[in-house]
Amino acid sequence: MNFNGYTTDGFFDEMFLDGSDPRPGGRLLKERIESLQEGDLLRRQKAAEVALLNMGITFNVYGDEDAEEKIFPFDIIPRIIEAREWEPIERGLAQRIRALNAFLHDIYNDQNIIRDGVVPEDLILSCAAYRPQCAGLKPPLGIWCHITGTDLVRAGDGQYYVLEDNLRCPSGVSYVIENRQILKRTFPHVFRASRVRPVDDYPIRLLETLQCLAPHAESPTVVVLTPGVFNSAYFEHAFLAQQMGIELVEGSDLFVQDGVVFMRTTDGPQRVDVIYRRIDDDFIDPHAFRSDSALGVPGLMDAHRAGRVALANAPGTGVADDKVIYAYVPEIIRYYLDQDAILPNVETFLCWRKEDLSYVLANIAKLVVKPANESGGYGMLVGPHATKAECEDFAQRIKANPRNYIAQPTLALSRAPVIVGDGFEGRHVDLRPFILLGEETHILPGGLTRVALKKGSLVVNSSQGGGSKDTWVLDETPDASLTFRGGVDPADVLPEGDEAEGDH
Amino acid sequence: MLSRVANSIFWMARYVERAENVARFIDVNLHLMLDLDIESASQWRPLVHTTGDEEAFIERYGEDWSQDAVLRFLVFDTTNPNSIVSCVRAARENARAVRQSISSEMWELANRFHLMMRHAGGGDRLVENPHDFLTEIKMASHLFVGLTETTMSHNEAWNWARMGRLIERAEKTSRIVDVKYYFVLPNVEYVGMPYDNLHWAALLKSATAYEMYRKRYRRIAPEWVAEFLILDRDFPRSVRHCLVKAEESLRAISGSPPGAYLNTAELRLGRLRSDFEFARINDVISGGLHEFLDDAQSRINKVGDAIFDTFIAARPIEPDAVPDVEPDVSDNDNSTHSGASTI
Repeated sequence: MNFNGYTTDGFFDEMFLDGSDPRPGGRLLKERIESLQEGDLLRRQKAAEVALLNMGITFNVYGDEDAEEKIFPFDIIPRIIEAREWEPIERGLAQRIRALNAFLHDIYNDQNIIRDGVVPEDLILSCAAYRPQCAGLKPPLGIWCHITGTDLVRAGDGQYYVLEDNLRCPSGVSYVIENRQILKRTFPHVFRASRVRPVDDYPIRLLETLQCLAPHAESPTVVVLTPGVFNSAYFEHAFLAQQMGIELVEGSDLFVQDGVVFMRTTDGPQRVDVIYRRIDDDFIDPHAFRSDSALGVPGLMDAHRAGRVALANAPGTGVADDKVIYAYVPEIIRYYLDQDAILPNVETFLCWRKEDLSYVLANIAKLVVKPANESGGYGMLVGPHATKAECEDFAQRIKANPRNYIAQPTLALSRAPVIVGDGFEGRHVDLRPFILLGEETHILPGGLTRVALKKGSLVVNSSQGGGSKDTWVLDETPDASLTFRGGVDPADVLPEGDEAEGDH
Repeated sequence: MLSRVANSIFWMARYVERAENVARFIDVNLHLMLDLDIESASQWRPLVHTTGDEEAFIERYGEDWSQDAVLRFLVFDTTNPNSIVSCVRAARENARAVRQSISSEMWELANRFHLMMRHAGGGDRLVENPHDFLTEIKMASHLFVGLTETTMSHNEAWNWARMGRLIERAEKTSRIVDVKYYFVLPNVEYVGMPYDNLHWAALLKSATAYEMYRKRYRRIAPEWVAEFLILDRDFPRSVRHCLVKAEESLRAISGSPPGAYLNTAELRLGRLRSDFEFARINDVISGGLHEFLDDAQSRINKVGDAIFDTFIAARPIEPDAVPDVEPDVSDNDNSTHSGASTI
């Protein structure tokens, strides 16, 4: 297969400048792909899919009862980010997370940012994810958002923008690590020659981040708390627990006695010091939050408040990824760090503002409208792709509850080539890097590249038919003179496909 | 380890073993049918009895004891919780719930085993080439046991898996001996005939015991077959062997010192194991083989109950780590802590 006839259609393409002229970082890959024997690439794609299915790397879609599990679609052509592109992203994310963490600590304690008039108080109090139960809380090291997944997009000018922050229980990092395992088998030579920054140490970094939250305990007991096997991200919960070598617990495995959290073991109760919880705030403690929750642990919040157990992320972090608060993040960064935001926001119209509302209603067919407190691509409107009736319906919803809606211009998201049939076509992508905030800040090089597999679609969420790609962050920007083993190389006699198939 | 995890590992191993045993029973029966010219129903009904699901069968298929109906019920019927497809699914769901505690290889195999059963859903392969299909099922189970041995540390989780597997196997071997003895053999016209030999050989084969049996005994005699499958010390599917090894795992889990027991589960299993260790086949047969096996099965179930009560069921927090052993009224046991009582 080759890239002859591949077109960028005027979009910013992650691999090509335009036509079939690759960017420096994508050149080795293009050469390698085009040197493969006919059918070999498709064979590798197929092998990758079989590997994912056998590994049970699947997810459940809410509201789809027949298909209880699906593989998260995976395209084997990696998305490549050159070193010079990654550097500002890394700095920008570190800056953003530090500011958001300071914001969380402030609004649940002193509320200086409200007093100083930077963010209106009623906006915070009206956040669906604001938790008055967290007021006055001082979590270990003052850290609230230990694990963040920030969604970035790249527009037609090649500039990266922050699309949204995810500070609750962001998922997807297990796919990053598993995708990498598969890609290493799929393109071993290109991988080695390209000098890709590794992602495999993420579980170790995560464990270190969690362990530092229990400074008193000699060797703290850290667990992952999952809602159970029916959760759409269960695979990831189990994967992370396994990779960290710690217990994966469900709510019913834990109990609180005398303000201390224990897990039920075959050897009697064992104290738990740190919980990486993958259950939403609402469900973690029926005493503190929703009383009908059967997933949580009664009394957990009290133990957290008393400093006897650390929760990561701390409850209440959702207020900082509310899509209305999002619009204030550049101000928030300036307020706490006295710096300009390195990574810009997407221009955002807040429907609770009168002038923004009338603009949104007048231009709804051009805009993307999102509810302030939803994730997973649910409940949003992509104006240019919607019917007139859908737009009108949305306008009614916005008018009924303006606080709950924001709108953004429809971005010409960047594209990357994916295998379609027996050729390549460009599809829109985004990027979710993962940031760990502990005694040190660690940013996973790359992150999850999600790709909208439907032609022309701008929605990349896995629940909406999106897939993923491996993301290669190159250690340095490749030298333009470097070529990938031009001519006949003995190594080419043994096709890479042997490695792709030998391992499962 | 977490009680829930221990429970899931225990059942994961049990379900894999159960699926394998059902496949064994069917495979041997199919072979036997080729050699015997008798009415099908009289051969297939005992098989359903072996898995203990006669009532459920009749509910769904009435009195249709044809090969077709029985195979569908035992292999692919998702409404039968003991069918192979259900067992594999349950094993896989348990494996999924403890994915972080077992090796990736084990999880992947459990998952592939499940996918294989699901893709075979129509049952065409079973009709066309039953032996190959059943062999594949048995091999998947063997592979699972092999992976358990070689990819998992031999720690507490491994002991839970082994205990689950062996308790299931002890129960299934005792059942198949019991059923064969009482359903097939009393046919007077068969006794002493070549058919009789075929039946005993089939029984041995269902436990892959035929070759090992021949190495120990020169000819096939009912009491020796029973002895081999129930009381042999070394054969890995004999009931005694399973009980001895299951007890080893149980004691490793409790951490009991030699000569002492710490809980009701150990007490019950220890007594049962000792009864098998010191039993003689002539006494067993003169006392009634069926009675002996029936009693053994209900005692195996009670061991399972005691394991659950001791390790799995939610226990209140206690000041010291040593759990009290509840006086066991039903067995009139009066167990105490280590040292105070010995076996």
